Amino acid sequence: MTDLPPFLVALPLVASVVVLFAGLVRSETGWPIAAMAGLGQLGLAGYVAYQVFTAGPTSYVVGGYEAFYGIELVIDGLSASVVVLIAAVSLGVLAFARTAGPRGNPFYATYLLLVGGLTGVVITGDVFNMYVFIEISGLTAYALVASGDTGRSAVAALKYLIVGTVGASLYLLGVGYAYIGTGTLNMADLSAALPTVADGLGYQSTLVQTAFAFIAIGLFIKTAVFPLHTWQPEAYAGSPDSVSGFISALVSTTFAYALIRISLTVFTPDFFAAVDAAQTLLIVGAVVSIVAGSALAVSQSEIKRMLAYSSVSQFGLVLAGLAVLNQTALIGATVHLVGHAIMKGGLFLAAGLIATATGAREVHEYEGLSERMPYAAGAFAVLAFAMVGVPPAVGFVGKWYIAVGAVQAQLWPLAAVILLSTLLTLAYFARLVERMYFREPAATGDLAEGEGTADTRPDAVVADGGRPSVGMYVVVVVAAVLAVALGAAVVPFAEYLQPTIDLLLP
Amino acid sequence: MIDALAAGPVDLLATRSYYAGTFLLLGIGAYVMIASPNLVKKVIGMNIFQTGIFLFFIASAYVDGAQNPIVGPKATGPFVSPLPHVLILTAIVVGVSLTAVALGLIVRIYNEYGTLEADVLQEVRSDD
Repeated sequence: MTDLPPFLVALPLVASVVVLFAGLVRSETGWPIAAMAGLGQLGLAGYVAYQVFTAGPTSYVVGGYEAFYGIELVIDGLSASVVVLIAAVSLGVLAFARTAGPRGNPFYATYLLLVGGLTGVVITGDVFNMYVFIEISGLTAYALVASGDTGRSAVAALKYLIVGTVGASLYLLGVGYAYIGTGTLNMADLSAALPTVADGLGYQSTLVQTAFAFIAIGLFIKTAVFPLHTWQPEAYAGSPDSVSGFISALVSTTFAYALIRISLTVFTPDFFAAVDAAQTLLIVGAVVSIVAGSALAVSQSEIKRMLAYSSVSQFGLVLAGLAVLNQTALIGATVHLVGHAIMKGGLFLAAGLIATATGAREVHEYEGLSERMPYAAGAFAVLAFAMVGVPPAVGFVGKWYIAVGAVQAQLWPLAAVILLSTLLTLAYFARLVERMYFREPAATGDLAEGEGTADTRPDAVVADGGRPSVGMYVVVVVAAVLAVALGAAVVPFAEYLQPTIDLLLP
Repeated sequence: MIDALAAGPVDLLATRSYYAGTFLLLGIGAYVMIASPNLVKKVIGMNIFQTGIFLFFIASAYVDGAQNPIVGPKATGPFVSPLPHVLILTAIVVGVSLTAVALGLIVRIYNEYGTLEADVLQEVRSDD
């Protein structure tokens, strides 16, 4: 029991307001303040996570109202991991955004609001409070996507806004069903009350099943599970490079976390044992997402759209880890949630770095890239292979746990699709790596054009946001190193996580 | 709930008219969002969709013959449940912010492409 949890949300929110007002006094003050807040957030998150992992889950009742009426913040091992991830990734992207842009204090204020909103989703113990944080994250994410100065980003943001709002609204409708049945919004109270609602029918009642269906579908939309992913490729591809790195790494991750949290803490594994259709819904969502996401990724010609469809497929894997409903797979889902955030965030930032330096945004423009930008191409290739699941990278370990979990649960079709997903991921990353390393830059006419524009590049680069800075390189390389190094950290991490997993999946 | 089902569909509709209204609004909102090519009308559809959910919560708070939940010396129960009202007040604020952001984006799209129709927008964008 500590008083720190509310500060995890309050710090970015207050910093966001400070950035906005500092901008009135002096422009270009946003980055230092945001960086200070990001460092503070990381320190705070690290300390809280340390306490949670050594002393067990902590909770805090906001405003002194007892939990049944008031809002409770609950941090266990799972939420602590995601909170640290959010703090670390947001700081990393901030380092990238310093030269990559977008600049200006309103951008950093929105950025910090998004950090606060996402952290709120993760640590809240109240389903309606979670809705409010989902909408805070949503609104700021739409604004960030729109922060690009092209018409494309405005259209992408509007599409994201309409689809995202439907998702959040369906979630709220599901919460409404659960609330009408039980009279409470607190997650712990809900899970105690749901088995006895509707005159003792409990999990068999239409009410509880409808509540789960609405909440799950709402969060499917927010996580971008196929076929509810339609907002996602355009939102990632249409936003500025720093923003697509940030959003791809954290936003879907947080909503996938929310789905895990609601499924296991509110509805509990007993619900899935009682209602087969609920588990089937998750498995079907996972399988369709993995296969369709990869197939669509292969057919893309724009790098950022390809990476976006790859996210659809990877979140299918995380969903599979949840759907299996045993401890091994859940550890895998958590590992892949964290690992995917680092790998995909790193890939988007690497793509942004390459685009800033060379203007290459299409698959065919990556030909011979290893000669022009050896470090960036190297980092991109490492991250890509980590995503495919080459040992010992973190992408391999996460998939391994999920696959072993599926085999233990004897869900053979799901296990087969998970193993197949490695090949599918290889299908779209291999052609990129092949182009970067084994093709000559001047082999095609397109590239000759590309070199033609290279002469005027200094101007174009300035218009694009500046030369790639050392900071941008450092962030991308650190992401690549982490993607490999974290693979070795998974076993101790799983040990720290075990008490939480025992609580979630007894 | 089981009794209401046994009483037949007409009674069910009469006693649960608010819920019927909720899903009517959800359906209309979803239809407008999907079918209307006009971006502003899509946002209006989104608002109708959300209003359906607001009605759902508020209807759940209703207690037959109950008073406003204002506790004072003369107040005697039963009261209607105040919690859903508070929740929906929050949700309305969220809805207003969403509408504001959506309209802001629509203004930008109109300035950029000179149209508010989704199909025309698609044609214009395929050119650039």
